[in-house]
Amino acid sequence: MMQKLKSGWVTLGIVLALGILPPVFLWSGQAFYMDLATRLIILAIAAVSLNLILGFGGLVSFGHAAFIGIGAYCVGIPTYHATYGEFGAIATYSGLFQILLAVTAAALFALITGMICLRTKGVYFIMITMAFAQMVFYLFVSLEAYGGDDGLVIDTRSEFPLINLDDPLQMYLFSYASLVAALLIVRTIIRSRFGAVLRGAKDNNERVVTLGYNTYLYRLTAYVISGAICGYAGALLGNFTTFISPEMMDWTRSGELMFMVILGGAGTTLGPVLGSLIFILVEEVLSHFTIYWHLPFGIMLIAIVLFVRGGLMGLVSGNAN
Amino acid sequence: MRILLPVTLVAALLAGTAAQAAEVKIGFVTTLTTGAAVIGKDQQNAVNLAVEHMGGKMGDLDVNVIFGDDGFKPETGKQATDKLVKQDDVTFVAGYIWSHVLLASRKSALDSGKFLISANAGPSPIAGKLCHENFFSTSWQNDQTPMAMGEVLNQQGVKSLYIMAPNYAAGKNMVAGVEHTFKGEIKGKDFTKWGKGAQLDFSAELAKAKASGAEGIFVFYPGKAGGAFIKQYQQAGLKDIMPLYTVFTVDGISLPKLQAANFEGVLGSKTTQHWDPSLDNAQNKRFVADFKAKHGSYPTFYASQAYDSMFLIKSAVEAVDGDLTDMDGMRAAMKKANYDSVRGKYTYGNNHMPIQNFYLREVVKDDDGNWTTNVVKTVYEAHQDPYAKDCPLE
Amino acid sequence: MDAALFFIQMFNGVQLGLLLFLVASGLTLVFGILDFVNLAHGSLYMIGAFVCASLTLLTGNFLWAVLIALPITAVVGFFIERIVVRRLYHRSHLDQVLATFGLILVLDTSAHLIWGPAGIAVPLPAWLDGRVELFSGFVVPSFRLLIIATGLVIAAGLFWLVNYTRLGMLIRAGASNRTMVSALGIDIQTLFTLVFALGAVLAGLAGMLISPITEASIGMGGEIIITAFVVIIIGGIGSMKGAFIAAIIIGLIDTMGRSFLDDLFKIVMSTEAAETSAPAVSAMLIYILMALILALRPQGLFPPKVR
Repeated sequence: MMQKLKSGWVTLGIVLALGILPPVFLWSGQAFYMDLATRLIILAIAAVSLNLILGFGGLVSFGHAAFIGIGAYCVGIPTYHATYGEFGAIATYSGLFQILLAVTAAALFALITGMICLRTKGVYFIMITMAFAQMVFYLFVSLEAYGGDDGLVIDTRSEFPLINLDDPLQMYLFSYASLVAALLIVRTIIRSRFGAVLRGAKDNNERVVTLGYNTYLYRLTAYVISGAICGYAGALLGNFTTFISPEMMDWTRSGELMFMVILGGAGTTLGPVLGSLIFILVEEVLSHFTIYWHLPFGIMLIAIVLFVRGGLMGLVSGNAN
Repeated sequence: MRILLPVTLVAALLAGTAAQAAEVKIGFVTTLTTGAAVIGKDQQNAVNLAVEHMGGKMGDLDVNVIFGDDGFKPETGKQATDKLVKQDDVTFVAGYIWSHVLLASRKSALDSGKFLISANAGPSPIAGKLCHENFFSTSWQNDQTPMAMGEVLNQQGVKSLYIMAPNYAAGKNMVAGVEHTFKGEIKGKDFTKWGKGAQLDFSAELAKAKASGAEGIFVFYPGKAGGAFIKQYQQAGLKDIMPLYTVFTVDGISLPKLQAANFEGVLGSKTTQHWDPSLDNAQNKRFVADFKAKHGSYPTFYASQAYDSMFLIKSAVEAVDGDLTDMDGMRAAMKKANYDSVRGKYTYGNNHMPIQNFYLREVVKDDDGNWTTNVVKTVYEAHQDPYAKDCPLE
Repeated sequence: MDAALFFIQMFNGVQLGLLLFLVASGLTLVFGILDFVNLAHGSLYMIGAFVCASLTLLTGNFLWAVLIALPITAVVGFFIERIVVRRLYHRSHLDQVLATFGLILVLDTSAHLIWGPAGIAVPLPAWLDGRVELFSGFVVPSFRLLIIATGLVIAAGLFWLVNYTRLGMLIRAGASNRTMVSALGIDIQTLFTLVFALGAVLAGLAGMLISPITEASIGMGGEIIITAFVVIIIGGIGSMKGAFIAAIIIGLIDTMGRSFLDDLFKIVMSTEAAETSAPAVSAMLIYILMALILALRPQGLFPPKVR
């Protein structure tokens, strides 16, 4: 009970700190740290989406970066056409349209690939999700019109009524609000009957099936929701970096997302946020000191897997073994 | 308690950015990790040598070069640029080996009112439609070097050609360049996978090239792909039936490696370039001699351009007497290209791309038996890139 | 399409396939028997290449270098197993993926520190550096012929090892029933260490064989590991036969795609578009194949019988 309370306070503290600290950076003239915080928040949304299926559903997706890429290109392609002509049907700077497109496209991709992937289990699932992500990677490499391997510069950020994403503070607050919304969505899902079935299927699929639930459909639905949220994160990331390329969908990116989830604590609502925070900060600090920063970083990753079970949330609530 | 950890980390980061004494801050973005780091290292060495040669001073200001790593990825390069611009508040951002990294980073540097100086990449958009008053190049536009090679092929009476290049911005520019001037027949073309996971085994493509019956083969493979290509070209026995013509493939990095492995197939192969270690001018002699003394090998063209970029910046800083707020003054100074370049005198076009000579070079052994290149002849004098007319700047 | 070119490309495809098989066979052994997902298998391939490259420059002879480098790679594999991998056998595949992801960073950066970023070109003895005319008009580089021969010999050796030896029996038994093997009084830890070291040697050998063609370079492991995974997933995890067949299929698809896809595309699209999209689509082909096969047979072509 005490532990629960403690982790609740820590949780709240982190969320509040994330809301207050970055604007302070901006006012104190540290615009770069504001950027870092924005990137962190957006990746945290992606990690939260992955956590829904990985942490709560036990579905280890090694291809989540594909959704980020799809979302980002759903901003990049309409903007490209709005700037340079052709394809009038999708050519627009409208953020509402772009985000809707990103979410729909990512959900659709999740539905189609999910139908195939969820037929497999265990390591086959890990690898087939990775294979689909590689396919999307090469698909965008082959799209010469949108820069192929070289990527695409987004000349104009998405336009929203009342919000101006060119302003770093508004960009940040928009992302922050999105993160809070994503957290609330995931929390609601998990606390619903749907979430109970999903979690039950993770622990003991046969039993849940015996109870009369079609777990395949439940998992597919969760996979689609997860993909949609991740696509949304991709749309934000595209807007933030104003540059997109197939590199965003590289398999190592999917690995990093998985790591953020595990680092923070899979299957806890806020774990992925904490995981992204630490991941990005450590990466930033280490790369500041040496170009060989991958070495200590790799050692840290291994050590965390070996010794910190349950992730940082586990540590915080004192549940680590 | 544990929440304190990230907070202390942030504090540690903030502490690193205290105000400095009178100095000129220069960001230099290059590749310091991955296999392509060998090029970045070469540029880094050249930059440090340049700073040493100027006694650490530009006018009265101390020189402070901050290196950023692009990790061979456009996105990482853009992040590095953002950091240099926003956190370190540099006045000049220089470097950029890769065209796609430069294209991705361009907006970050230029939108925040910094000078952007390419010490290698020269993608066509930046020379044409996307040209900018604060952008300068100390290298070349991508198309120029292969255009010179196309001219050489015409002069040598080569009637048909097979072309291979990596599938990215510069690769396409290089192919466009040689196609622009080469008058014979193109028997076939292959664009191979590039970036992370780049294709290095060219068996299928070389078999196609051989079957095409072309009289020569033109390739552009920078970095480690160049060495790999040349070896397979030799192993496939193409040397006697299909002479090799390259741009940016044979350089001070690949030659010592090929020599160590005794791949003699590369000796005698032809390449075009705006610079050569053997060019006869005082600045170049000092650069090449000191670089060799310090690092034991010939500098690459990447190094020569990085070295030049520092002296270009120096000319600008000294022209305004160290007043770094005088952007107009520095811009006007750089536009004159009034410094001792290792390539010799050149001028700037309206798009701030060099108008310069291009030479035909051949791979030879030097007096010590080391493999290097030598100038055979001048192909172009004061050559301007074909995209300058698309640039609205005066 | 010209028949001679077609046969040359078949040859190149088979050669690429056999090289992939060397990497994939080690992976499928470790994966199938130890139930361990080793993303860092590609780094062992890289280490093999670097060790062999350094030794070639030192001894001046590629073949000697390979012979000395093989046991060194085994030792590297041994220590990696003892220090990291061993602790992960009883963990979930997810933990294994993440830990070996970290291991890639460690090994690649260590290689960068030891050998520098430049990579090493590997010279070949003259008799391997030439060409052989197999029959009229069919000339192939002799070194590529050596790769094919080595691949076939290793494949035959592995079939024999897995199917007809006591070690193979133990290996198969270890995969399907660990407690039984332990009950027989066999030290399963040692057995697993041996299997892991064998996997390392196979990956290292592949790296040594490719280095004279490309070179030993940082990050070369990341380039092949994903393809090797595709191979063993298509073949069925743990199946040596599956890995062999899938490796050859993928080698052929990749090579044929690179050779003929652009000509095929030119029929339906502009030359310019065909030339730039064909390489990417041919890279996609193997993933499409994998998705298709898994959609039809969720456990690959030759799923292991006991699991």
